[in-house]
Amino acid sequence: MDYFLVSLIKIVVVFGAFMTTLAYLQWVERKVLAHIQLRLGPQRVGPHGLLQPLADVIKLATKEGVIPANVNTFFYILAPFIAVSLALISIAVIPFGPAIELFGVRTNLELTSLNIGVLLILAISSVGVYGIALGGWASNNKYSLMGGLRSSAQMISYELPMAIALATPLLVLNTLDLRQIAERQGGGWFWNWTAFSAPPLLFIAFVVFLISAFAETNRVPFDLPEAENELVAGFHTEYSSLAFAGFFMAEYANMVTITCVATTIFLGGWHPPFPAPYSNYVPTALFWFFGAILLFHGLTQPARRWDRFTFPIFGVLSLGLGAIFLGATFFPVVGQILFPVFWFVAKVGLLLFIFIWVRGTLPRFRYDQLMRFTWTFLFPVALGCLLLTGLKVALFG
Amino acid sequence: MIPLPNLDVIAFLVLATFAVLCGLSVILQKHAVASALSLVGVMGALAVLYLMLGAEFLAAVQMIVYAGAIMVLFVFVIMLLNAGSEQKSNRPRYFAYFAGIPALLVFLGLIANFILRELPNSASVQFGAFTQGGPAPVGRLLFTKYLLPFEVTSLLVLIAIIGAMVLAKKEID
Repeated sequence: MDYFLVSLIKIVVVFGAFMTTLAYLQWVERKVLAHIQLRLGPQRVGPHGLLQPLADVIKLATKEGVIPANVNTFFYILAPFIAVSLALISIAVIPFGPAIELFGVRTNLELTSLNIGVLLILAISSVGVYGIALGGWASNNKYSLMGGLRSSAQMISYELPMAIALATPLLVLNTLDLRQIAERQGGGWFWNWTAFSAPPLLFIAFVVFLISAFAETNRVPFDLPEAENELVAGFHTEYSSLAFAGFFMAEYANMVTITCVATTIFLGGWHPPFPAPYSNYVPTALFWFFGAILLFHGLTQPARRWDRFTFPIFGVLSLGLGAIFLGATFFPVVGQILFPVFWFVAKVGLLLFIFIWVRGTLPRFRYDQLMRFTWTFLFPVALGCLLLTGLKVALFG
Repeated sequence: MIPLPNLDVIAFLVLATFAVLCGLSVILQKHAVASALSLVGVMGALAVLYLMLGAEFLAAVQMIVYAGAIMVLFVFVIMLLNAGSEQKSNRPRYFAYFAGIPALLVFLGLIANFILRELPNSASVQFGAFTQGGPAPVGRLLFTKYLLPFEVTSLLVLIAIIGAMVLAKKEID
């Protein structure tokens, strides 16, 4: 029964954290994009638009769900379900931290451990295209159909370099179990992470994986399936209300999952970039620095009326978080959870920021450029990387 | 407490029923996309059955290659050609009556014969008894015992790819 209860608690925690991340990722994306474009972004609901995700959820849930005439109703309704459920599966095999012991119960910081974890993630991501393709086809709309077709072709093409780039570090790590993959990158320093070992081969593989990840999640510069200025909104043009929210959520869930995979396989999972006694002070320093800035701005030069109250509150919260992390250095029971999760979240957050940054920076590819890029450049590079890494492993172990 | 039947058996029955229903749906659906998606359902159910029998690698590859690559291409082509629903012809289908019914009877007889003859002799399947289905044992077998068939198959696939390219290029020229 212990196992059952512990699993239940872990599921609730991971699900809650995942859903909150998805909701707030959208807020972060809007804010970051706005600041890249010299705008303010969401500003009305809550302090600096912090409650915007909640407002969006209420709005989408209470809107009328329209089923247009002449659509294939069964597949039209099925498509967002496929998209969402497949997008939410993969997080179950991601390890967030090492094995911990709490109240006498020993457990791993992950939902489930599979000896084919990497293959499961590849399988789920390769089936994920059905949601989009079906949604586009069932809508009975030429723009949606074009979006769905583009998405299928693009995801099939980019799966190849992604899978090969994912296989390259496995040659060095010698396992398919994501927990063991993360554990084998430990050792204190960041050059033990796969992305930086065997330079520069595995770093190239990491970049190839990241580029393919952009295409797999249909993000700019590969967002042709939903290119708004030629396809209205692509495969989800006809969707409204919660069905639309489902597609939206699936896109963000895929983004989070793929950055989690990149973190686990290439960036050392939960391991800090330098050894433990010093790296444990980084979160405290960061939170105190952030809190001090908030306090300074809130108390001396608030730009808006409410900043006078909200900035100091969040500043004090941030200082408190820093104090918790400082306290955790003295209590290993808390520290064993907090520090690995902090480093994991920090790396995932950095990669997510790169996703958003790229969206704010790069224009969209044309369709033939997109295809030529993957088949004549990305795929050969990934293949060469795999062969050279194999040669290195065979010769030098 | 009521003795529950083994969960493996329940899962097997559910999945097997699902697979058979999807398989029927493949041939009974009028629309090509619906048939293709039913086939995906069959493949998914088969993958989970492989998993239950201990063939983890096979299950993952089944999903990646069949459900994820081949069927996506099928669906892609069907959508690209924008194939509509199947049209029923008005001609009387003599062929179905004169050849189909005997063929069905022969098929049923074969199945019945097979079940009656083989079922008493076969040992029942033990879920979880087979542990050599992970990537490592499969890979070891592929690169030692079955290396020649493996390489010959890959050569065959290569030839097929080149053939497809030659045929497609002729069309363009």
